[in-house]
Amino acid sequence: MLTLLTDYTLQNVMLGAALIGVISGVLGAFAVLRRQSLLGDTLSHAALPGVCLGFMVAGAREMTSIMAGALVTGVIAALLMLALVRHTRLKVDAGLAAMLSLGFALGVVLLTWIQRQGGAAQAGLDSFLFGQAAATTRADLYPMLVLVVLALVAVGLLWKPLKLMTFDPTFAAVAGLPVHWLDRILTGMIALAVVTGLQMVGVVLMTAMVIAPGAAARQWCGGLRGMVLLSGAFGAFAGVSGGLISALAPGLSTGPVVVLVATAIALVSLLIAPHRGLLPQWWRRRHRRSHTSTDRILLTLYELAREHGNWRYRVEQGAVDAFYGMLTEPQLTDLHARGLVVPAHHMPDEGPHWQLTDAGVEHAAECARRRSRQRGRLE
Amino acid sequence: MISLASPTVAILLTGMLVGVSAALLGSFLVLRGNSMLADAISHSILFGIALAWLLTGQTTGPVQIAGAALSGVLAVLLIETLTRTRRLRDDAAIGLVFPALFSIGVLLINVFARDVHLDEHTVLLGEIGFVWLDTLTLGGVELPRATLAMAVMLALDAVFVLVFYKSLKLATFDPDLARALGLAPGLVFYAHLSLLSGTAVAAFDAVGVVLFVTFVVVPPATALLLTRRLSTLIAVAMLIAAASAPIGYGVALWLDVSIGGSMALATGPFLAAAYAWRRWQTARRRRVRPVQPASSASA
Repeated sequence: MLTLLTDYTLQNVMLGAALIGVISGVLGAFAVLRRQSLLGDTLSHAALPGVCLGFMVAGAREMTSIMAGALVTGVIAALLMLALVRHTRLKVDAGLAAMLSLGFALGVVLLTWIQRQGGAAQAGLDSFLFGQAAATTRADLYPMLVLVVLALVAVGLLWKPLKLMTFDPTFAAVAGLPVHWLDRILTGMIALAVVTGLQMVGVVLMTAMVIAPGAAARQWCGGLRGMVLLSGAFGAFAGVSGGLISALAPGLSTGPVVVLVATAIALVSLLIAPHRGLLPQWWRRRHRRSHTSTDRILLTLYELAREHGNWRYRVEQGAVDAFYGMLTEPQLTDLHARGLVVPAHHMPDEGPHWQLTDAGVEHAAECARRRSRQRGRLE
Repeated sequence: MISLASPTVAILLTGMLVGVSAALLGSFLVLRGNSMLADAISHSILFGIALAWLLTGQTTGPVQIAGAALSGVLAVLLIETLTRTRRLRDDAAIGLVFPALFSIGVLLINVFARDVHLDEHTVLLGEIGFVWLDTLTLGGVELPRATLAMAVMLALDAVFVLVFYKSLKLATFDPDLARALGLAPGLVFYAHLSLLSGTAVAAFDAVGVVLFVTFVVVPPATALLLTRRLSTLIAVAMLIAAASAPIGYGVALWLDVSIGGSMALATGPFLAAAYAWRRWQTARRRRVRPVQPASSASA
């Protein structure tokens, strides 16, 4: 294992993947919160023509010009999308999908055009579709590093306005912030993240790297600072472990492996995160349910009936649910089985109703007497 | 008598069939504001295609198409399930599900299907230039397999839209009313997406999964800029898609580039022209307005 870690190619892969993870995680956190997750999808597909143009301008597989080209066409596609949505009745989804697919089509056309012209030189370009970590050289890492530092510094400097923009764009505009410019800057920075990942993850799957870490971090954190940091960390972890797996198992494309690791992190977070997680929530509900005795619910029905001076008073199930903050149907069904309550008739536009039976009134009264005796003893 | 197996005819016919059937189903998707589901479905079917290939050793055929189409429906189900937990917004749910399914598909091909006809580049980009190579003889006539599959899918799509036109229309514009009238908009929605998914599988040979999205979204979006009537919108979208195939084919031959990519790209100028026309209309209306008498200004 140690010899593996000192392997030159592997070092490049892990460094690069960590850089990609950090930048896409940090910027993806904003995208997820601003409900712009799919912007990354459009940016990354529309980066393909830029990759080809960058290659054509430089005449070789040179990372800096390829990244610059990808950045330019990605941002152009995003701006065209904004123009389409602002000036016509097309909605954001149609704008995103149209620019995504047209950008990719242009990319495919350019890619085949280069193939007809160049011959061997194009070999490296195919890898931008799915990413090829093993092809990463130390020289490829420098432009990536520059982009990551640039993006992180920008996030640091613009922290306050970005935060305001993310949580309350209307207030940000009223407060005099240049909202449109911030919007464009953030779009540009997400494009930076996408461009960083072209080499290793590829244009098709970079969208997942923007979304999954942010979606995972959201489950654990209630604050923006924590969420951005954790999202960056998740991204880095997914990048490094995915890069390692694909480097060790030859034949596996890097992009899909990294994406599956990131998706797994998101799914696990969705399940087990302490506050928002589905399993903790399910457990809390169960706990609460088992600790809310059927007798207490019967007593509630009893008190309501006494309050209204009618032992046959119809209580709406939704009201009991709201009172206990949980679904009380199991308890009510249980009471029904014991012959203490019966379903009452209700109008079709209402929820189910229940009313006490004679036995129910008796049992509830007995419970109430026992309770007051207990209370009396305590006092 | 033009032979259906001649390369030019087979390629043009397949391209037009892909375009027309995609635009037909896409019109409802774009109107409902679900365009990105086309992207999600077309990526997710790679998983189904890879799995169907692993199980049957074939990528074409009715069973394979139906099986692979299920993975598109699976993607929609997963997206709905994730959204329903209310822990993720729908955009994040879409962006989480389809790259994952697509990744599994790519890895399955990586591991099990080296040096075989099926590779992820073909699935992604398609190779419509080769459709005429793979033919089968039906009633004495030699037909390209992909063209036949697309024709069958188009027929299915057309029958579905004609039979359920009213329900589709209502489910698209007013799902609540559709539900109140007992038209089961959810069921119509899933039937529609299953067909879209099946059409995408049939089309992947020809134009690849991503370029299919172009035909689903761009012609209806263009038509939406030109008309407000649903029937006109569908007709215009299908016309644009059908016209893009020969235009794209001509350009592809001229520049010697990917035919599928070129056909998809040919829908772009239509969108640009419609956008320019819209802007020009708005600008003209704005210029005219001050001349109008004050009484009609409220209109």
